[in-house]
Amino acid sequence: MRKIEAIIRHFKLEDVKSALSEQGVQGMTITEVRGFGRQKGHTEMYRGAEYQVDFVPKIKIEVVVGADDCQRVVDTIVRSAQTGQVGDGKIFVADLAETVRIRTGESGKSAI
Amino acid sequence: MKMRNSIHLIAFVWLMLITIGSSWTSTLATPAMAAEETVASTADAAQAIRQEPIDSGDNAWMMISCALVLFMTAPGLAMFYGGLVRKKNVVGVMMQCIFMMGLMTVLWALWGYSLAFGGDGAWIGNFDHLLMRGVQSQWVAGQPVVPVSGSIPTLTFMLFQGMFIIITPALICGAFAERMKFSTMVVFMILWATLVYCPLCHWVWGGGILAFGGEHSAVSAGGALDFAGGTVVHISSGVSALICALLIGRRLGYGSEPMPPHNLTYTTLGAAMLWVGWFGFNAGSQLAADGIAANAFAVTHFGAAAGAIAWAGMEWITRGKPSVLGTCSGLVAGLVCVTPAAGFVQPIAGLVMGLAAGVVCFFACTAIKNKFGYDDSLDAFGVHGVGGTLGAILTGVFATRAVNDVADGSPLGLIEGGTIIAGQIAAVAITWVLAIAATFIILKALDATIGLRVSQEEEIEGLDLSQHGEEGYIFI
Repeated sequence: MRKIEAIIRHFKLEDVKSALSEQGVQGMTITEVRGFGRQKGHTEMYRGAEYQVDFVPKIKIEVVVGADDCQRVVDTIVRSAQTGQVGDGKIFVADLAETVRIRTGESGKSAI
Repeated sequence: MKMRNSIHLIAFVWLMLITIGSSWTSTLATPAMAAEETVASTADAAQAIRQEPIDSGDNAWMMISCALVLFMTAPGLAMFYGGLVRKKNVVGVMMQCIFMMGLMTVLWALWGYSLAFGGDGAWIGNFDHLLMRGVQSQWVAGQPVVPVSGSIPTLTFMLFQGMFIIITPALICGAFAERMKFSTMVVFMILWATLVYCPLCHWVWGGGILAFGGEHSAVSAGGALDFAGGTVVHISSGVSALICALLIGRRLGYGSEPMPPHNLTYTTLGAAMLWVGWFGFNAGSQLAADGIAANAFAVTHFGAAAGAIAWAGMEWITRGKPSVLGTCSGLVAGLVCVTPAAGFVQPIAGLVMGLAAGVVCFFACTAIKNKFGYDDSLDAFGVHGVGGTLGAILTGVFATRAVNDVADGSPLGLIEGGTIIAGQIAAVAITWVLAIAATFIILKALDATIGLRVSQEEEIEGLDLSQHGEEGYIFI
């Protein structure tokens, strides 16, 4: 099993979600996150007080898939989340030790 | 040591002022003249109801105005200020507003109204109306009598004025937001309302030393025109706010940590509510639903509109983008500025005053604040102190007898050749002195006894948890 974490732009969420659904991905978890990479932040100004905001808001998608499906899913995310501009995000893939479905208690790949 | 001496000196002068004031009040007491004061004795009250019947239109408008002005403190100011602080202090600052509604109303009912509107002494009211005596209905000579002020029940007048003593201290909360101990704030506000607001309210509206053309106003070059509280509400709260910011000191991390507003949507809606509530504040201050009230309504509306455009425009020019917060700040600055003028100037003058306030307060809240480095956290001084002072002076420029003939046909503002601006400036100066001296003394006394600030740990944790054991936003 693999856990795929993709940091993407807000407005790409719907595209990524439908592309993954088409690939047979059954579920996912999303979080609103903030962070920075090469994309520069921006400045905000409140009544003359200027702040540099480095942490840019992004969406994090977490998807768990079988090892065989991993590359296909990663490619799908890259294709659907790409704009070609700095700030498109990152994908992190990690080995996953275990998955348990709480309702039934079953574990392993069938619990995904 | 030098500091301590100066405190003693100021305290002494202040006490002298009050003592002299009180003795003058008792020695110079003359038969009550204004309608709200005729109810000092029950016989007068019985006469008052026969002489001046209640006008149902006026009373209806005034009771609606009361509700509008209350609405300004919360939700209006509570949301305006609540959005500007950091998340950990949001209910703390809203609490200060909503708690003022309770605290100041009790104070007003017990002694505040009487100190502000009892008798016609020069320096302070008297105790005639303690516990609503002479204000509430009474049984006289075999019939119930409703005390009347002008064309409305004295109760309506008392309520309307009572809404002003709620919002005035609440405005000060912007200066010490995010760091003042709640218990100390409660004591401070009781003392401030009693020693600053009530005397000042009496000076301007109760026939005291700042009343326009009043018998005691030689001290202030003939007194000031203050339609709805430029001096009483905005200069008093704004200047006191500056003293608070200076004496309490900056927030931890001010200047090094980012402290952006945590929810500008609250702030925007709060500002819009202030705009609406201000119609009651200004147009209600005519105490009747007549032509001058309509004039005040128009001036209020135009002032807010011009202020919003002016501040946003200044940002657009100097920084490339107009901001939401700037637009909100500008509309409030415009409203503050036209407050003393609403019933005395033409609507187009209101437009000019709003524009001026937008520009001047923009500089006060950005350039001036940054230059001096004081942490007036939510710009209570920059908007209310500066805007109020500007408004009081510009009233002396634009006031016209065509709108409100208060001087028996004599010209009023500079533009029509009048000289009331001398009284306006004198009143501004006197109000500044009172607000600075009294706030300084009260805060120094409280600092020496119960302490002004929360501990460092409590400040870092946030006032919501440390002062109230609550959070604004709960993750469930």
